[in-house]
Amino acid sequence: MPAVREETIGVNSDEDVVRIRQVTRQWALDLAFSLVDQTKIVTAASELARNTVIHGGGGTTHLEELREGGRRGLRLTFVDKGPGIADVEQALRDGYTTGSGLGLGLGGARRLANEFEIASRPGQGTCVRITRWK
Amino acid sequence: MLDGKPGERIPILKMGEFLLVSIQVEMHDRLVMTLQDELTEQIVRHRARGVLIDISALEIVDSFIGRALGNIANMARVLDASTVVVGMRPAVAITLVELGLNLKGVRTALNAEKGMDLIRRELGLSGRRDAGGA
Repeated sequence: MPAVREETIGVNSDEDVVRIRQVTRQWALDLAFSLVDQTKIVTAASELARNTVIHGGGGTTHLEELREGGRRGLRLTFVDKGPGIADVEQALRDGYTTGSGLGLGLGGARRLANEFEIASRPGQGTCVRITRWK
Repeated sequence: MLDGKPGERIPILKMGEFLLVSIQVEMHDRLVMTLQDELTEQIVRHRARGVLIDISALEIVDSFIGRALGNIANMARVLDASTVVVGMRPAVAITLVELGLNLKGVRTALNAEKGMDLIRRELGLSGRRDAGGA
């Protein structure tokens, strides 16, 4: 599925997490997402961008506008080259945390998206992809 | 270390025995932590009995901000002060629930006026100024 539009942004700091929220909001607005859908995808982006910074040691966010049949979607891919996740199922469980957070980031982002994919290997980093369709 | 913008903080207003905070800027994580620390410190310094936090300008509340609001409410309680969070946008509330954050222990009110009434009632003060008298 070819992306209509795409952009890649570096995510290495608190400020970059804020920037990801702002850019995601703008893309969701451009796609005419409802206010609730905008809020959901921006919140999910915030969680995943923070994970990229804190757990992944920084990385990138790739935004894509998708068209499939008559529908439009926004896909966000978060990539880092950090330590990776040994047990992805465990990491997705609510309340599981290795840091000082609530352990809601990954599982919460999955609930806020329509599609969710994760690939991770210890020592090689993590790739998380979410899509929200209009 | 991340570079912090010097002097960047959220104003805390003292009004009698209350502390008032209105978050009008994008909350990056360090700013959230600074607010948490400063509020706790000012509750003690001013012997505040109530804390009102207005989040009506916040377009998202993610797990990090939500956790901080919970921490503030808990710390205030231990220091004998009541906290109320006011003005949450409907789209933010919907998203929070889906994210899995229940804000347990955080009292909320629709707006600042209702929030102040809540705190005053709890402290055994009259709900409104004009409700006093014999």
